[in-house]
Amino acid sequence: MRKGRNIPLTVYALGVYLFLFTPIVVLVLFSFNDSPRNFMWRGFTLEWYPVLFKDARVLGALWISIQVAAIAVAGSTVLGTLLGLGLARLRGGFGGGIADTLILLPMVTPEVVMGISLLLFFALLFDAHGSILQIAISHIAFSISYVTIVVRARAVSLDPRIVEAARDLGSSPLSAFWHVTLPLLMPAVGAGAMIAFALSFDDLIITSFQAGPGSSTLPLYIYSRIRFGVTPEINAISTIIVSVTAVIILVAWRIGAVKPAKPQPTI
Amino acid sequence: MEAATNAVPEIRLRDLTKQFREVLAVDHVNLEIRTGEFFSLLGPSGCGKTTTLRMMGGLEAPTSGTVEIRGNDVTRQPPERRPVNTVFQNYALFPHLNVFENVAFGLRRRHETKDEIRRRVGDALALVRLTGLDTRSPDRLSGGQQQRVALARALVCQPMVLLLDEPLGALDLKLRKQLQVELKRIQREVGITFVYVTHDQEEALTLSDRIAVMRAGQVEQLGSPEELYDRPRNRFVAGFIGTTNILDGEVVSVSQDRSVVRLGTGELCPGPGRAPAAGQPVELAIRPEAIELRAMPGGAERASSLGGSPDGGASALRGNIEQSAYLGTGISYIVRTVGGQLVTVLCTRPADRFDTGDLVELAWEPASALVLAPTDEPGQAAAQSKTDAQEA
Repeated sequence: MRKGRNIPLTVYALGVYLFLFTPIVVLVLFSFNDSPRNFMWRGFTLEWYPVLFKDARVLGALWISIQVAAIAVAGSTVLGTLLGLGLARLRGGFGGGIADTLILLPMVTPEVVMGISLLLFFALLFDAHGSILQIAISHIAFSISYVTIVVRARAVSLDPRIVEAARDLGSSPLSAFWHVTLPLLMPAVGAGAMIAFALSFDDLIITSFQAGPGSSTLPLYIYSRIRFGVTPEINAISTIIVSVTAVIILVAWRIGAVKPAKPQPTI
Repeated sequence: MEAATNAVPEIRLRDLTKQFREVLAVDHVNLEIRTGEFFSLLGPSGCGKTTTLRMMGGLEAPTSGTVEIRGNDVTRQPPERRPVNTVFQNYALFPHLNVFENVAFGLRRRHETKDEIRRRVGDALALVRLTGLDTRSPDRLSGGQQQRVALARALVCQPMVLLLDEPLGALDLKLRKQLQVELKRIQREVGITFVYVTHDQEEALTLSDRIAVMRAGQVEQLGSPEELYDRPRNRFVAGFIGTTNILDGEVVSVSQDRSVVRLGTGELCPGPGRAPAAGQPVELAIRPEAIELRAMPGGAERASSLGGSPDGGASALRGNIEQSAYLGTGISYIVRTVGGQLVTVLCTRPADRFDTGDLVELAWEPASALVLAPTDEPGQAAAQSKTDAQEA
C-alpha cells in the first residue's frame, strides 16, 4: 500500500461527499434548465437569473434579509466578542464550566423550540408581532454562541503578557484593548461576523416565528413560493444563496480564526 | 554610589507581601535599590523574585506593604502611571506590529509628535544595534533580536527604572554571554537603574552591582557579588552562589586566628578564628579554589590515619582522588576523605596533576573557611533582611 493513501477510506470519503453534495449539485444544475418545469433536463439556459433581478418580490425579500443580517451581524459580533474575551479569562473552575455549557446551549437547542420561546418572549413582554428588528434580535440570540466560541478560541491562545506589556508602556485598560487585544483578535472577530452573516442570511425556522407582514426574508419568500411548485427561478435564488454562504464560510476559514491563533513563542 | 547612599532610594519596598491563595509568594520583603545601580533579584524558581518585580511594575497588586519610587508611594498606581518599564521574560512583543511600531508603542500612547517618534525610535534601535530592521515583523526575528526589540521598546520611554524579568532566559549560552555584555554597556550608556530578575547566579554575579538572594519569598542575603561569594551568610546562599563545600561539624578548640573542627565523619580540620565556642555545632563553607592539594609521601598506600597534622600548614584532611574533570581553566577533583566526606577541589595550576586513587592532603588557610549561620528558618531570614535594608 502506498504511503498516505488508504483506498477503502478514500472510497468512503468520496461516498460521504457525494451524499452531502448531490442534492445541491442537482439544484444548481436545474437552475440552468431551459424548462419552466423542474423534472426533465431540456438544455442549458441563463434566462432564470435575469428574471430574478427583475422580480420586485425577490428583491424586496433580499433587501429585508440584508437589513436583518446587518443588524444581526453587528449585534452578535460585538456581544459575542466581548463574551468570548470574558470567557477566555474565566477559564476553569465551576463558574467557567457553567458559562461554557450555557454558551453552547443555543447551538443545540432545536430551532423550533428557540423560535417559539423567542416568539413568546417578544409577544408577552413587548407585545411585538413581527418586524425586521424582532427577526434581527432573534438572529443575534443564536449567532452570539458561534461568535463567542470562535473569539474565545483565539483569546485563550493570546499571551496575557502582551496586554501587560501594553499597560506597562502607558496604555490604560481601554487603550490596551483597542490597540493590542482587538487587533490580535480581529481575524476571529471577522470570522465570527461572517459566520453570523451566513447563519442569519439563511435561517428559516426561527425567522418564520418572528416574521410579520412586510418582514418576509428571502428564505421565507422561497419557502412560500415552493408551495406552488419548485421552479427554476427558485433554483436560481437558492444557487446564489448557496454560493454566497459558501464563499463567506470559506473566507472565514481562510483568515484563520476558526482555527486557534498561532501560539506565541515561549521559552 | 557613595553620594546615592544618603539620597532617597530609587525604589524602596516596605514589608511587601503577596499571597496567591494558599501560597505566600513574597513575604514581607524590605529592599532599597539605589539610583543608577544594576540590582539583581536572584533565586531558584518559585522564590518570589518575579512576583516582587511585577509588584514594582504594577502588574501585580501587593497583598500588603508598599512600593515607593523616588520617595513617591506608587503602590496603588496602575502600571501605565509608573515611571518604570519592563522587559518581559518571553519578550511579549506585539505580533501585529512591526519592529518600528513595537518600539514606538509607548511614545504613541504619550502622543509624541511624528518627528519626535521617528527620532527616538531610531535612537533606541541604534542603541540596541537593530538599525535597519524597522519594517520586520517580530516573528521573523531571531530570539536575540526579539530580545533587543523588547529592550528598545522599554528604553525608548525613558523610564527611571528598567525592570528585566529573566530577559536572557530563552537564549542559548553563547548568545546569553554576548547579550550580558551588551546589557551592561546599555545600562552604562543610558545611566538608569536596572532591576534584574534571574535564577542564573553566574549571570547575576557578572552583571550586578548588588544582588538580593531570595528564597521562599524572602531575602536571604543582600550584598555585592564579592560579599555574597566571599561571605555567604548561610548554607543556602553559599550553595546557591558558585560551588562550595559545606562541612558539618563541631568546634573542638578556638585560638587567636584559627580553630579546629571535628567533622561528622570524625576527622579534624582547620577553621577560622572567629568560630563558636568549643563544643558548639558549626557549618564550614570552603570554596573549591581555596583548597590546595598536596601529594602525600608514599602515595601508593591508602590514607588511613584520622586527624590532622598540627604543624605549620593548615592541612588536616587526607583522602583519595575519586574523580577528576578537565575544565580548560583548571582541573576539578572530587576527593573522598578517609572518613568518607566528599570534597570538591579546583586546581588552576597545571603542575598539580593527580590521578584517580592518588593519596592527597587537603590544605587551606584557616581564614578561608567560613562559618555559616545555622540554616535559617524563613522567619529569621525576614528579620535579617530588615536589618539589611536599614544598613543599606
